[in-house]
Amino acid sequence: MALLETRNLIARYGDFQALFGVDIALNQGETIAIIGANGAGKTTLMRSISGILVNQPDAVLFDGAEIGALPAPDIVARGIAMVPEGRKLFPSLSVEENLLIGRFGRAVEGHWNLDTVYELFPILRERRTNPGTALSGGQQQMVAIGRALMSNPRVLLCDEISLGLAPVVIKDIYAAFPRIRDAGASIVVVEQDIGQALKVADRVYCMMEGRITLTGVPGELTREVIHSAYFGVA
Amino acid sequence: MTDVSTTRWKVETRTKASATFAIVAALVILIAFAAPLFASRSVLQDLFFILTMLVLAQNWNLLAGYAGLVSVGQQAFVGFGAYAMFALVILGGLDPLIAILFAGIASALLAIPTAFFLFRLQGAYFAIGSWVIAEVVRLTLAQWKMLGGGTGTSLPREATRDMPALKFVGELFGVKSSGAGDILTYWLALILAIATIGLAYRLLRSKQGLGLAAVRDNQEAARSVGVDARRMKTLVYLAAAFGTGLAGALIYVQKARISPDAAFSVVDWTAYVIFIVVIGGIGTIEGPIVGVIVFYILQSLLADYGSWYLLILGLIGIVIMLFAPRGLWGLFAERTGIQLFPVRRRLTGGPLTSSKKGGPHG
Amino acid sequence: MAWLDTIIQGILLGGLYALFAAGLSLVFGIMRLVNLAHGDLIVLAAFLILVLASALGLNPFIAALVAMPVMFAIGWALQFYLLNRTLGADILPPLLVTFGLSVVIQNGLLEGFSADSRRISIGGLESASVALGPINVGVMPLLTLASAIAVIIGLNQLFYRTSLGRAFRATSDDPVTAGLMGIQPKRIFATATGIAMVVVTIAALYLGTRSNFDPTIGPARLIYAFEAVIIGGLGSLWGTLAGGIVIGIAQTFGAAINPEWQILAGHLAFLLVLLVRPRGLFPRSVD
Repeated sequence: MALLETRNLIARYGDFQALFGVDIALNQGETIAIIGANGAGKTTLMRSISGILVNQPDAVLFDGAEIGALPAPDIVARGIAMVPEGRKLFPSLSVEENLLIGRFGRAVEGHWNLDTVYELFPILRERRTNPGTALSGGQQQMVAIGRALMSNPRVLLCDEISLGLAPVVIKDIYAAFPRIRDAGASIVVVEQDIGQALKVADRVYCMMEGRITLTGVPGELTREVIHSAYFGVA
Repeated sequence: MTDVSTTRWKVETRTKASATFAIVAALVILIAFAAPLFASRSVLQDLFFILTMLVLAQNWNLLAGYAGLVSVGQQAFVGFGAYAMFALVILGGLDPLIAILFAGIASALLAIPTAFFLFRLQGAYFAIGSWVIAEVVRLTLAQWKMLGGGTGTSLPREATRDMPALKFVGELFGVKSSGAGDILTYWLALILAIATIGLAYRLLRSKQGLGLAAVRDNQEAARSVGVDARRMKTLVYLAAAFGTGLAGALIYVQKARISPDAAFSVVDWTAYVIFIVVIGGIGTIEGPIVGVIVFYILQSLLADYGSWYLLILGLIGIVIMLFAPRGLWGLFAERTGIQLFPVRRRLTGGPLTSSKKGGPHG
Repeated sequence: MAWLDTIIQGILLGGLYALFAAGLSLVFGIMRLVNLAHGDLIVLAAFLILVLASALGLNPFIAALVAMPVMFAIGWALQFYLLNRTLGADILPPLLVTFGLSVVIQNGLLEGFSADSRRISIGGLESASVALGPINVGVMPLLTLASAIAVIIGLNQLFYRTSLGRAFRATSDDPVTAGLMGIQPKRIFATATGIAMVVVTIAALYLGTRSNFDPTIGPARLIYAFEAVIIGGLGSLWGTLAGGIVIGIAQTFGAAINPEWQILAGHLAFLLVLLVRPRGLFPRSVD
């Protein structure tokens, strides 16, 4: 049985339907990538899983339990942490406080604590007293990832973590992912950068216009197949 | 497409209900003016109270419901208008009727410096700031020894008795000066109420009124299409001060006795007024009319219960604000679609609708 | 020396106003809510202390300690069940609901306790004084100022040194992302109002022991608190203390010239600051 699963997930913003029955599954220890163009529904999917958007209870299953209707704080408490799109650091909090607040709803002992996060991203230790928003984009993204790790999540959701960052910075950040996996988290990354997604993921889902248009293992997907699932043209 | 040249678009704000209502309203106004012929003095006094509260409510509604300026300090203008009238009558020897008009102007003038201070505060801070201003005006006028200082004073009997208008009314109805006073103040309150509603309605239907609605709905967007929010708000603030000052002066011509605590009472001139508007429906002209009627009924029912009355009024206000924020009139209008004072513009006529005036949504 | 005495009395009075204002400032800082019933809640707490002190025969300071958790619970419930419903982009609902609440509390107290003037008796402490150099200073006013400083230090510690304080600041920044951290904004807001009511209880102790009070004096306390917050600059607790002291000094100087001018002088000082420093004396650099 999958660790995290969505079943026929539907999402609406008022009259606008953003998701039309999305099914994805994440197995224990796995990393999956969700790719797709702007407006494909990737962020809506992340917001639905993380509880910012509320769904039918049975639309999202975690460890066998129906969690689709739970609000965000309850989802965190169960062990699903999110790195939100745009990083969303708290400007009133220092770097270290931003990390500490990641533990607020789930202070579970595990691999991740201030020390191990600082080991993962050493630059953050130097900047620990700075306001989170005074850092460079890449460093802010490290804070956002570290903040999510502080709750020792079983599932880590990463929404567009390479958005707006230079390629070399993106590489640095993804370099941390093997260690995050080894520490026990299963990971969902949402990416527009297909190359990066194929590199990090065990399996890939491609979304277009609120539907899953392609599923597969990176090595077996050809450029043409992805291109067609991504843009809807052959 | 060939029809386009023969059919014309029309911008309308009238509705079928509003047209019927206009006839009914004209009748009601006619009967209201004739009321002194058949109504007793105590009924006239009650009507005077209802009408002056309605004027205050319409003015506050214009401020809070349309301009987004939630003031809890309108008692500043009630009291200042009343004191200006007393000063002009006692110290200036003016006829009270003329003094009322000047008192309104004085209130509008007072609003110029207070706007200067208050418009530096936003939202909730504007609210409390307006209260501070009212306190400053109250405490300052309480220092005016010639008008009785903190204890207040009365209008000299001869000042009201010798009014030419009063003598005229007295002879017309064959009543003594006290009875004639009630008739005269009642008529003035009626005229003031009609004028307030009429002017408010005209303002809201005008280009400026549309700008005001735009500002209320989205200040940024309104600015981007060239509506000067600050100027509109200042204008409404000054107009509301004028109307509130007139009402204050008129109320105290009838009371004939003034003190700072009464004239600047936050309960009498602001709390009641806010509840009237909230219960009736904020942001509509019909709301305060419904509200003042409900308020009067509640007061008649609960007057003997002292502070229970205000407590219940407060609870009703809270419940309405939470569960029916558009008030009783809002609930009614939502279910029936009836608008007596339609402000929204509707596009009618044109090639796609029937040639009958009013269109399918009338 | 008369003027020095006036200044010191003013500073001490400012401590009382800072206590009135600290709760208001806290709640505004976290949820941008201005509670028009704040003054009436202070009066409610004063009556609670009075009842506890007279019914149970408690020392007023002990009675205030007992009243604190009660007021915390009242504040928590008020925020959670009533005021949270009013929060949003529209400023009308919170203003009108708290205004209604103010009227309800005032008249509820009038019904329960009548309009009579009350005072919480603290025996000899009421008139006790100590000599500060050439000036005699009342013990109670001194305690008030010390409590105000202690409350501000305590609130700052809470804000900047605890997990709850981080949650307050995070929620104030961005309630949605705070939810992703496991923070429940509605509970955080309720806790903040509860804490504000604990501060209100401390303010009420000094309000009730230093002067007479009756159910109708709440709005005036709200106004003093509001003036202190604006003079100090939004969001700064030490600024609020400074604002309280400005009002206090203005009032004692006004009263020294003519007793009838005490309150007016405080209001005029507020308007003057609004004129020259519209953002207050110690505005936050980012808002």
